[in-house]
Parts: sequence; structure tokens; C-alpha cells
Amino acid sequence: MLDQQRDYVLRTVEERGVRLIRLWFTDVLGNLKSFAISPAELENALEDGMTFDGSSIDGFSRIQEADVLAMPDPNTFEVLPWGDPKAVEARVFCDIHNLDGTPFEGDPRQVLRRNLRAARDQGFTFYVAPDIEFFYFAPPERGAAPQPLDEGGFFDLTTTDVSGTLRKETIRTLETMSIPVEYSFHEDSPSQHEIDLRHTDALSMADSIMTFRLVVKEVAAKQGVHATFMPKPLEGLQGSGMHLHLSLFDGEQNAFHAGDDGYSLSPVAKQFMAGLLRHAAEITAITNQTVNSYKRLVPGFEAPVHISWARNNRSGLIRVPIPKRGNPSATRIEYRSPDPATNPYLAFSVLLAAGLKGVAEGYELPPEADANLFEMDDAALTKLGIDTLPQSLSDSLRVMERSTLVREALGEHIFEWFLRNKRTEWREYKTHVSQFELNRYLRAL
Amino acid sequence: MELVAVFPEPPPPDLARTLDLAGYRWKAVASAEEAARNEPAAGWAGAVVCCDQDPDGAWAFCRALRKRDTPVSPVLVLVSGGQLGDLELRDELFDDFCLTPFHPSEVEARLRHLFFRGGTEQRPEMVEYSGLALNLETYQASIEGRPLDLTYMEYELLKFLAQNPGKVFTREMLLSRVWGYEYYGGARTVDVHIRRLRAKLGEEHANLIQTVRSVGYRFGQSRWGN
Repeated sequence: MLDQQRDYVLRTVEERGVRLIRLWFTDVLGNLKSFAISPAELENALEDGMTFDGSSIDGFSRIQEADVLAMPDPNTFEVLPWGDPKAVEARVFCDIHNLDGTPFEGDPRQVLRRNLRAARDQGFTFYVAPDIEFFYFAPPERGAAPQPLDEGGFFDLTTTDVSGTLRKETIRTLETMSIPVEYSFHEDSPSQHEIDLRHTDALSMADSIMTFRLVVKEVAAKQGVHATFMPKPLEGLQGSGMHLHLSLFDGEQNAFHAGDDGYSLSPVAKQFMAGLLRHAAEITAITNQTVNSYKRLVPGFEAPVHISWARNNRSGLIRVPIPKRGNPSATRIEYRSPDPATNPYLAFSVLLAAGLKGVAEGYELPPEADANLFEMDDAALTKLGIDTLPQSLSDSLRVMERSTLVREALGEHIFEWFLRNKRTEWREYKTHVSQFELNRYLRAL
Repeated sequence: MELVAVFPEPPPPDLARTLDLAGYRWKAVASAEEAARNEPAAGWAGAVVCCDQDPDGAWAFCRALRKRDTPVSPVLVLVSGGQLGDLELRDELFDDFCLTPFHPSEVEARLRHLFFRGGTEQRPEMVEYSGLALNLETYQASIEGRPLDLTYMEYELLKFLAQNPGKVFTREMLLSRVWGYEYYGGARTVDVHIRRLRAKLGEEHANLIQTVRSVGYRFGQSRWGN
């Protein structure tokens, strides 16, 4: 199979007159990295990989050996739909290896591959569909407040809607890049948009999210607009989340589906949810990795605060959407805390590990919390045994640090590097004196 | 005459004997990779594939031989009476077949005939259907003359469907015929790729691939014209 894929890629490069092939990979923080090679180098790259110095990449640095090997994954080869049609460019995602050919521990894509293999050994394939929110702003100026393009509300329909045109162009581009879109609409906040992607296996989806973020930004930039996946750019308004619809398949069967109980949820689904709930605090540093992420996870908006689940309660961490009748394969759970600034490879890895831990150990699912949790006081919540998600990056790092589950899912290399990097981020934030403090204390004290 | 590849390794003793007595030079190989490693400079002269021990492995082997730049030909497959159904929709994977338990002179006669014909047959290089064109030689697809950029698996799936217009395939069938048995992912993969293909074909042509409710997919019009 691999030979034919390589052959296909080489022939396509020739036939389509591709001038430049971009080798894509992802650093530990989830930034897309790329270097370009010429068609002449491609055959060699497909065969033996391309060596490069990893020390300049966030999270790739090691003490002794700096060189790593980028191995293109020919199945992800795709002609890029933008740029000069006379000088076509293509991209291919890479797996990073050590020079001896073993998977490089610092590569998030390899980490996800390892976790997916573990799931497959238990007979499961992991499917993900994200609902991705983001904002369009005028090009930002340092220190100035973000400037929305419109003041539209939910499902706003105006004919001269610049951002609507942008969204349409974005969807067209995504679809030519093998990323089908399920829904898209204008969200609650001014200039906020949501695009929901159609589910795929987790590895393809992580690749798709990386491509998605680039496409959204590229299409916007062409019109002089800045697109951002910052979790909470506007104080007092909805932030941007990335709800993840998760399901496990066992062959053609949805392993989350069972016909007989009122929720249509199988024991596997319930144990998986129990795993997510029990380990939610430990994995939050990964699913919500910035200081700013925690300004979104506050009461009063659509973001979850409490570690709970319900069928139709948007204040909980997990929602169980009711699948359309007669479509058991649509059974899924929606995990609502992640934001679009996460590294999708790592987020999927820890979510899968937490869920499968619940399945392996037969965790029991706590009762459904269908009341509006935002209206309950702490005492009532404690009585129900409902905890809250970590309140800050610092809190979530402290929980993650003690988590064997996260350590094993990420591997020692990324686990250590991530904690170190994020503690530095927190320290820098802690020493910052904010406008809030100046307004509140400067005159009064 | 060049070497004939024989699958599996070791081959059934009566097959080995038949080939020896008929004067063929042959080498048994256990997998497509091994066939590639041991391939003579001038390429394999042909292949004899025995399906009754490990049918999945045998068909994967045939598929690998046929999917190369220069497909191995002729390929003779040996199947048991119970496996005759497996031949359906795999016509591109073999040139002739013979039932097991086989009669040595029949295998010999069929091989002689296959090698006599060898190289005279031309396989079609283009698949065309209502604006869609696939060039099997260059792997390039186009719709209404504009290039259609596909990933490898999207191309393989579209090629298979377009080569069998009007027929309904279940997800399982597509998975085994297009992805091969060596593929680990779930059958949902088929849906994912169909959705991608439709998106790339564009609204106007998305209905080239029809969903047949609770069965699977069909390319183009049904043979009954609906």
C-alpha cells in the first residue's frame, strides 16, 4: 500500500506541475510548523525522510541530539488550493522520528498515534467531530482593544456581511482540502463564527484542525481581516470554545450505542464518560492551555464550569445529544471545555486515555445533573458531589503534575516540557499588573 | 523464460510438482513485500496464487501485484468451489482461475494459454462518466475539464466506483475492495471518504455518488434507471 501511495504522490507532483512541497508538522504547543522542499527532493523524502534540526522547535529540544527526521505521511498529500495556479504548491503532514527510525517522543502526532494504537488493541477506533468557534477582527494593534467587524447576533443575516462572505470562502477552501463542513453560523458575540466539521477518525481530525486554523486565517488575511482562536478575546461576551463530539466504533458498530436504556448509551459509553469526568481536572491543562482559556470557563456563559454530565444541559462538562431516531451511529457525547487554542493531537490523546481508563476499570457513571448548575451554591453542589474544573492555568498545572494518566498518555518528554513551559507562562502572567488592578486600587488605596 | 511468482510460501506440494513438471521456473513468496524484494530484473513473468489457505492474504497479494506501475500479468488464481463467490468484483485482480482440488494438466493448460496471450491485451486507461474523467495511467482526475485534486484513498475509491457504475456496494465491500484487508480503521472510513469526494466534486456533481438507504453507495444511475 505504501509503495502505491508514494507512487501516486510522485505522479501527481509531476502531472500537476507542483513546484514546492510543504512538509507540515506540529510543535508541542500546537503551532503548525513547515519547511518546503522541491519536487526533486520528494522521492528521497518519502523514502528516507528529511533530517532537520529540531532544537528551534518548541518542545523538540533535547540535551544530546538535536537532529530529527520528518517522514511524510503520503496519505495526507494534498494540493493547496490557494496561491499561484502556475506554481502549484502541495502539503503533506509528517511524523517525526529519531534518526534511528523510532518515533520521536516530542512529536504530538506520534503521541496521538500511540494512544490510537492502544485503543485499536482494545478493538476501538476513536471518532471526533469539533464545533470550532473563532472571531474576525480588524488587524490588531498592540495594546488596543479588538475591533469586531460587525455587531451581528446569533444567525444574523445581513446582505453586506463581510464576515459571512469570508466564512463561505473558508468553507469552500476547506472542502477542497478534504475537510467537509457540517454546519456553519454566526455565533452570539459580534464577529464570532462557528464552523462544525463532519466526524472523522481522530488522527485525520487532528490534521484537519491544524489545516482548518491555517485556512481560516489565510482566507481572512487575504481580505485584510484578522481571524483569532484566542479563547476569550472580548470581556463580558461569549468566548470561543471547541466542543468535541466523541464516539468509539467497534468495526461498523457505534460502541456508544445501546437500544435499551433511555439514553441510548451503552455500558462502554457510560464508563468512558465516567473516565472523562473522573480525570477531567487532570487533563484540563491540555484541553485549555493558555492563561486566557480560564477566562472563558466562568459561570454565566455557554462554557462549562462544573464537572458533570446531562442530556440537555449546556452548563455541564459533558452533554449527551439525542441522536436522530434510527441513526444509532450518530450516538456520541459532547465534551465542552476545550478551546480552539489547544493542541488537537494532545487533547485527543488525553481525552481518549481518560475515557478508556474508565472503560478498562469499569468506572461507574455518576447521576445526571440536569439542573442549572450556575444557579446552585457551593453547598448544594458539594452535596451532589459535583466539583468544578480548575479555575486557572496554575490550578490545572498543579493537578496535571500529579496525574499518572496524563504522564503516560503524553509520554515523559512532552509531559515534562509542557509543565515547564506553562509554569513559565504562568509566572510571567502573575507578575503582570493589569488594568483591572489599576482601575480598582490606584485611587482607592 | 523469467520467474513466475507463487503464493503462498510454501506452496501446496502438488502445485509445486505441477509447475516443476510443466517446466516453469518459479519462486514461492509469502507476501507482496517479499515478491517486491525478490523480483527478477525483468519483472515477474506472471503469478500463480493459491487462495484456499489464506484467502485474505491471497487477494491482498493479487491486489499488490496489480496496483504497481507495471502490473504483474498474467495472474492465475486457484480457488475452492466455496470461494467462487469471491471472484465477483475482483475481475481486475486475476486473468484466469482454476478450481481446487485441481487437475495438474488443467493448471498446465491454463498457464500455457495465459502465457500465449500475454501482453496482447490492452487495459483501458481512461474511465469516463458524465463529465468525470480518470486517467488511470497518470492518476489524474478531472471534472468538466477542471483538475480534481484528490488524496490517494479518495482517488482509489472514486476509481473503483467509477469502474463499476450503477452497482450498489456496502461499506464492508468498499472497505475490503478499496482499502484491502490490511486496513485497520473502521468501516466509517468509507463514509468519511464519500463525504470528502462529494465535497470535492462540488454541489453540481455531488450526486454522482448516491447513498442507497441502509445498504451503501452507488456511483451514477442505477441499472433500473432511477
